[in-house]
Amino acid sequence: MTQTDQRDAQASIEAGVARSRAGFATRLRGLLGGSPDADAWEEVEETLISADMGAELAVGVVARARARRDVIPEMAVRYELLELFAHRDAVPWPRKPAPGVPAVVLVVGVNGTGKTTTIGKLAHRFASRGARVLLAAGDTFRAAAIDQLRIWAQRVDVPLVAHAANADPSAVVYDAMDAAVARGTDVVIVDTAGRLHTKSNLMEELSKIRRTIAKRIPEAQPEVLFVLDATTGQNGLTQARAFHESAGLTGIALTKLDSTARGGVAFSIEQALGIPVLFVGVGERMEDLLDFRPDDFVAALFG
Amino acid sequence: MFDALSDRLRDALGKLTGRGRITEADVEVAMREVRLALLEADVNYRVVKDFVARVRERAIGAEILANVNAGQMVIKIVGDELTAVLGAGDRTFRLTGSPAVVMLVGLQGSGKTTSAAKLARHIVRLGRQPMLVAADPYRPAAVDQLRTLGKGLEIPVWSSPPGTAVLDIARAGIAEAKRIGRDVLILDTAGRLTVDETLMEEIRVLGGALQPSETLLVVDAMVGQESVTVAEAFREAVSITGLILTKVDGDARGGAALSISAVSGVPVKFLGTGERTDALEPFHADRLAGRILGMGDVLTLVERAQETFDEKQSEQLAQKLRKNAFTLDDFLEQMQQLKKMGPLGSIMEMIPGMGGAAKQAQQAVDRGDLTRVEAIIRSMTRHERQEPAVLNASRRRRIARGSGTSLPEVNRLIKQFGEMQRMMRQLSGGGRMPAIPGLRRR
Ligand SMILES: Nc1nc2c(ncn2[C@@H]2O[C@H](COP(=O)(O)OP(=O)(O)OP(=O)(O)O)[C@@H](O)[C@H]2O)c(=O)[nH]1
Ligand SMILES: [Mg+2]
Repeated sequence: MTQTDQRDAQASIEAGVARSRAGFATRLRGLLGGSPDADAWEEVEETLISADMGAELAVGVVARARARRDVIPEMAVRYELLELFAHRDAVPWPRKPAPGVPAVVLVVGVNGTGKTTTIGKLAHRFASRGARVLLAAGDTFRAAAIDQLRIWAQRVDVPLVAHAANADPSAVVYDAMDAAVARGTDVVIVDTAGRLHTKSNLMEELSKIRRTIAKRIPEAQPEVLFVLDATTGQNGLTQARAFHESAGLTGIALTKLDSTARGGVAFSIEQALGIPVLFVGVGERMEDLLDFRPDDFVAALFG
Repeated sequence: MFDALSDRLRDALGKLTGRGRITEADVEVAMREVRLALLEADVNYRVVKDFVARVRERAIGAEILANVNAGQMVIKIVGDELTAVLGAGDRTFRLTGSPAVVMLVGLQGSGKTTSAAKLARHIVRLGRQPMLVAADPYRPAAVDQLRTLGKGLEIPVWSSPPGTAVLDIARAGIAEAKRIGRDVLILDTAGRLTVDETLMEEIRVLGGALQPSETLLVVDAMVGQESVTVAEAFREAVSITGLILTKVDGDARGGAALSISAVSGVPVKFLGTGERTDALEPFHADRLAGRILGMGDVLTLVERAQETFDEKQSEQLAQKLRKNAFTLDDFLEQMQQLKKMGPLGSIMEMIPGMGGAAKQAQQAVDRGDLTRVEAIIRSMTRHERQEPAVLNASRRRRIARGSGTSLPEVNRLIKQFGEMQRMMRQLSGGGRMPAIPGLRRR
C-alpha cells in the first residue's frame, strides 16, 4: 500500500466509525474543556474505562493528568495516554536475518481473533512491496482452517505449504522452512490454531513450533505476532502475558478496529509488557491492514 | 472464569467482622472493591454503577444473621443480586414450528459455527432431527468448516452455491429439511459488525421472513465494555431470545453475560466450554452466581457425572480407591471417562477448593495429550501398570522409546498419576464417585 492509499483507507475508516465514536469523543472533549471539576474527572475516568483501558490504568492516567499544570487538561490526558506506549524503534519488521535466510513470522492468539485474515493481509502487504512470501498452514486442528488459508494464498497469489488435517503443526512448519530456503523466499508467515492461553499443552505446542523453526533455520529470528481482537476486555492482558511466556511475542496486531470497540486493552498490554502494537485490522479485505501509530490511536479517542 | 472476582470479594470483605447490623462504613469499603472487581471482570461501567447502587441500598442496615460476619453478609447480598440479574428472563429453549428454526448471530470470531454444531448435537439428544444450514457466504471456507463439523456428527449440512442470497439459502434449506424429514433447522450466519448496515439489514430480513423460534446471540466471554452496545444493536435488528456465552473454558470472567442480561434482560441459555462439539452446557443463574462467589457448583457436577459414569463402574472405582489399588490402567480408563464428561477443569472448578488441582488435571486431559498418555501407558508391561513403583530410569527410557514420546513426558505422566491418585482418593470417600463428602450446597 502506498502512503496515499494508506491515508485514503485511514480516512474511510475514520468516516465509517465516526458515527459510533462521535458520542465518545464529544463526551471526552466536553468533559475536559475549561477546568474540569472532580465529577468531570471521574467521568473522564469512566469514559476511559468504557474504552476497555481497565479501571486501574484509567485511574492512574487521570490522577497524573490532573496533577499536570504545564498543559490544558485535554492535552494532559492525551500525553499521559501516549506515555503508555512503548518506544518504537525504526527497525524493519519482520527482521531479515541475513542474505539467503528467510524472515519468519509466527502468528498466534486465542480463537477467532483474526489470525488467518491478518495473515492474508500481511501476505498482501509484503507481496505488493515485492517480497517473495510463503504461507504455512500450521492450524491443522480447526475444521477447514487449511482451506481458509488456501483461499487467502490464492487471493494474494502466494504459495502455501500445507499438510493434511490433524497433522503435527511442527512438521508443517519444518517443511515450510525447507521450502522457503529452497525457493529463496523472503518472508514465511505461519498460521497457528487459535488456543486459549489457559491450556498449557497447547501453549507448549507453540514453544515446540518455535524450537522447530530454530532447529531448521538456526539464524532465523522469528517475529511472533500476537493477534488481539479489539473487542476484548481485560482478559486481553492475561492472554498477552501467557502467549509472551510461551512464544516470546515481538509484536501485536489489533484487529476489528472497524467495530465500535476502541481496543483500550492495548494500552495495558504495552504498558505492562512493552510489546508494541504494530498493525491494526480495519475490515475483512486484504487491504484492510494499517500501521499502528500511537498518536493516531490516541487522537481517535478524541474524535 | 469468575474465581478472581470471588477471591477478591472474600479478601476485601473478610476484614469486615462486625456483628449486628451492616454499617455504612462496612458498605463503603465493600462497594469500592465490588466496583473494581466488576470492572475488572468486564462488566459494563454503567451496569456496575447501577449494580453497586442497588447492593449498597440493600446492604446498609441489613441485619447480620447469626453465625456470619458482615463480610459474609455482604457477599450474600451481592450473590443474591447477581442471581437476580443473571436469572431474569425465560431460559426455556423453544423448538416450535416445522421445521423449527434456530438462528445464530454475532460478531466475527465469537464462535457461531462451533456453537451451531454443538447445538445440533444437543438437539439430537433432545430427540429431534436437526439440519445445519451454512448461511455464511462471506468468510473463506466457512461452509467447509460447518460441513466438516456436520460430518463428524452425522448431521446433514445444507449449503448453496456461492453468490446465493442468504434468504434464498435459508428458504432452500427449509424445503430440503421438509423433504428429508428434518424438524429443526440451525442457521449459522456470518459474523458481522453492528456498524455494518448492509449486513445488519440482512439478518433483519432473515429474522422477519423466517420468524425463528430461537434467535441466539453468540457472545465471546472475553468481550469487554462493548458487550452492551453490541447486544443492543443486534436486538434492534432481530428479536434475540437468548445468549450463548462462549470460550468459558478460558479464564475471562465473562462480565459480558452480566452486562447484557442487566441491560437487555436477555437470558443466557448456554455456555460454550471447549472446542469439541460436546462442550455445551445449559446455563443456571443460581449456579453461576454461586460459582462467582466461590461456592462451587455441585449440582451441575452431580448431573454431569451421573450422565457419564455408570453406577457399577463408579462403585468399582470407589472400592479400588478405598483399597488403594488404583492402577495406571484405571487411570487411563478414568481419563477417558472424564474426557467424555467434557473438560475436566470445568468440572473440578465447580468443586470448592479444587481450582488449582483442576488446572493440573486439565493438562492431562486436554486434546492431544490423551493420545500420548495412552501410548505411554500401552508401552508399559502389565506389571508396570499395576505397580508404577518399579518404573526405574531404564524402564522409563524404554517406555519413552516404545511409545514414541520423550523421557520427560513419561516422567511427567508418572508424577501426574501420583497426584491424580492422591486427588482421586480425596474425591472418592464413600460410594459413588460424584458423592463427594462434605460437599453440601452451602
Ligand atoms: N470486521 C473485521 N473482521 C475481521 C477483521 N479481522 C478478521 N475479521 C473476521 O473475524 C473472523 C475470524 O477471523 P479469522 O481470521 O478466521 O480468525 P482466526 O484467529 O484465524 O480464527 P481461528 O483460526 O478459528 O482461531 C472472520 O470472519 C474474519 O473475516 C477485522 O479487522 N475487521
Ligand atoms: Mg485461523
